[in-house]
Amino acid sequence: MTSVTMPQLGESVTEGTILKWLKQPGDRIALDDSLCEIETEKVTAELPSPFEGTMGAILVPEGETVDVGAPLCEVDVSAAVPAAVPAQNGAVAAAGSWSGGPMAIPPDEAPAQPEPALPAARAASPASAARAPASQSRPEARERFYSPAVMRLAHEHAIDLVNVSGTGIGGRVTRKDVERLINARTAKAAATPAQPESAIEAAPAAPAARPGGSGAYVTVTLSPTRRTIAENLKRSNLEAPQAWTMVEADVTGLVALREREKARFQLQEGVELTLLPYFTAAVCETLRDFPNLNARWEGEELRQYDSIDIGIAVASENGLVVPVLHGAADLSVAGLAKRIADLVQRAHARKLRIEDIEGGTFTVNNTGSFGSIASKPIVNYPQVAIVTMERAVKRPVVVANDAIAVRSMMNVCLSFDHRAMDGLDAGGFLAALKRRLEAIG
Amino acid sequence: MVVSTVLEAVRSTLDEALGADDSIFIIGEDVEAGGVFRATEGLNAKYPGRLIDSPLAESSIIGISIGAAHYGMRPVAEIQFADFIHSGFDQLCSEASRWCYRTSGSANLPMVVRTPWGGGVHGGQHHSQSIEAYYAHMPGLKVVAPAFPADYRSLLKAAIADPNPVLFLEHKRTYRLIRQEMDGAPAETRIGRARVTRQGTDLTIIAYGLMLHESLAAAEELAKEGIDCLVVDLLSLLPLDVGTILESARATGKVLVVHEDTLTGGFGGEIVAIIAEHAFEHLDAPIRRLAGPDIPSMPYHHAMESFFMPDRTKIAAAARELAAY
Repeated sequence: MTSVTMPQLGESVTEGTILKWLKQPGDRIALDDSLCEIETEKVTAELPSPFEGTMGAILVPEGETVDVGAPLCEVDVSAAVPAAVPAQNGAVAAAGSWSGGPMAIPPDEAPAQPEPALPAARAASPASAARAPASQSRPEARERFYSPAVMRLAHEHAIDLVNVSGTGIGGRVTRKDVERLINARTAKAAATPAQPESAIEAAPAAPAARPGGSGAYVTVTLSPTRRTIAENLKRSNLEAPQAWTMVEADVTGLVALREREKARFQLQEGVELTLLPYFTAAVCETLRDFPNLNARWEGEELRQYDSIDIGIAVASENGLVVPVLHGAADLSVAGLAKRIADLVQRAHARKLRIEDIEGGTFTVNNTGSFGSIASKPIVNYPQVAIVTMERAVKRPVVVANDAIAVRSMMNVCLSFDHRAMDGLDAGGFLAALKRRLEAIG
Repeated sequence: MVVSTVLEAVRSTLDEALGADDSIFIIGEDVEAGGVFRATEGLNAKYPGRLIDSPLAESSIIGISIGAAHYGMRPVAEIQFADFIHSGFDQLCSEASRWCYRTSGSANLPMVVRTPWGGGVHGGQHHSQSIEAYYAHMPGLKVVAPAFPADYRSLLKAAIADPNPVLFLEHKRTYRLIRQEMDGAPAETRIGRARVTRQGTDLTIIAYGLMLHESLAAAEELAKEGIDCLVVDLLSLLPLDVGTILESARATGKVLVVHEDTLTGGFGGEIVAIIAEHAFEHLDAPIRRLAGPDIPSMPYHHAMESFFMPDRTKIAAAARELAAY
């Protein structure tokens, strides 16, 4: 197979457009037969065949513009002569990659004759060309080799490679071919979003296109809860410029205290003692000193509340709900534990009343229950701040006198609406909360 | 404006080093008289007693250097031709390279072994060899193979300042062939860093020493044909700048590795392996190696030497194939 390339039709001409193919794959071609009509910005001309043989694959469809030198079609020049050359592992010597010499093993006994350096050259060998149906305008998909780079790009951009014409050896689709396609698609999408893509371009990136998959999917109807969550989170993200910060607290004392207390607590109070009520209590105390965080952004004003009403994020099978501990600052750790247990249980049972989920002034999210050690929560609009309690994990840390000790460490993350406060308040709150947590136990 | 050849860069750097530090001395065959390539010319008169002519015994040149380094000296040994270094292999690889490790890092061994390597000067079998692959396999050694005079200067300086053994390879064909305006020339001062010498988008050529210059010449030629080559000068083989190699491989997806050492077990294999291992999904073509053929290097006859050595024509041909792939 020999490629016929886009000629330079005039000085300074860098590209040409195929107007019409005058020969089709399989046609006999004599020297100087016109293969196609080409239009450039200067002239329109017929392209005479530089070879004699049989028309092979058309690499550039009608209407497409390509650079000077780009392969346009293939001509099988060997077609006149029966292929006497041994098939597949053609005698293409890999120049410079292996050579015989006095030390070389005679080829007949060579256990592994190195392959030609460029295996794709095989795709263009007479044998494989004969296998390909002559009517095929491009090499068959199963005949084509895609490099890792091409596969990756196709996967990332949901491109069906079968429809991509290649400019590499034997019509191989090169990385640049795919990149050109992606760029063209992006440019087109930016210019005329509604335009359908031309046939040469890959499968359109319709919603159904799942990279690498069959495109089949299942529609999940959104529940009213899901819609509300989506709407609230979207609103929070769209309206509130949110900043994020994190501190690390040494909660070794707190963890030990809970270990000591939990059996007795379960017995006396009837609910499990977790770290969450301790944490919530510490949050309430700290909020007393930072009223800017116990607030709601209402229109163009910030409302600071006297009452500390803590929302507790609960991930239930019915979706996220945030029941509120009204008057949380007035409750003891035991009181908080019981109220939290009650709210969580009713959230799972879908037994929350409307007043249980309204009126929060600040939210605590126990992300540590998922094993998370850092997370970036979204502010529960119109509240102005949300804090996470991450998992307490044992880690080696540097303590006094540069000694290393195993301590229970917990990250505490804060997202806040930057309209309502600056880093001074947010950072001060976290630092104070950290001090409180570290003082427990 | 100072224009320097590779040889002048080596000589002036040695001169400055001897002047700056009394513990530095040079040992090697005929070094007092200036050495066969004249790298130490004039230094014996300027620094009497600091250049030591050795017997024709490479293992003792390196062994003496190791002993002196143990005693606080900073020897710079010259092996007249890299082809002869192998009788010192045991000293370098079993002794020098291991010292810092054997002592758990409590002791260093500051010594440099300079040696001219490579072909292209009709040196025949015993004055043309590439030896880098043997030594770049040896942890504890550093192996440096610059291409441009400014890098020779800064990296030889770095090698002498290094607290542990450095094998400093000087391509003999480039000694008087390659000149560079030294003021403002980019110079890599850290051993273990490669440099992208030429930016390009179609394919990446990775080379060092003389082959770097041949690759740059090929890239110029290919640019006229619209093939845009990115060229990486490795500068150091050990430690190897894996980051620059991978970044350059990913940039084009097509890589040609060039060295004049023979193909099988040549250092190019290591580069290819690193790319295949860490940049597989970015590759758009099989990684190509262009190297000397697997015959003992290197024939003396001009035509046969040309047959052996990769050059700009062969590099351009391989690059064309790769670009078209």
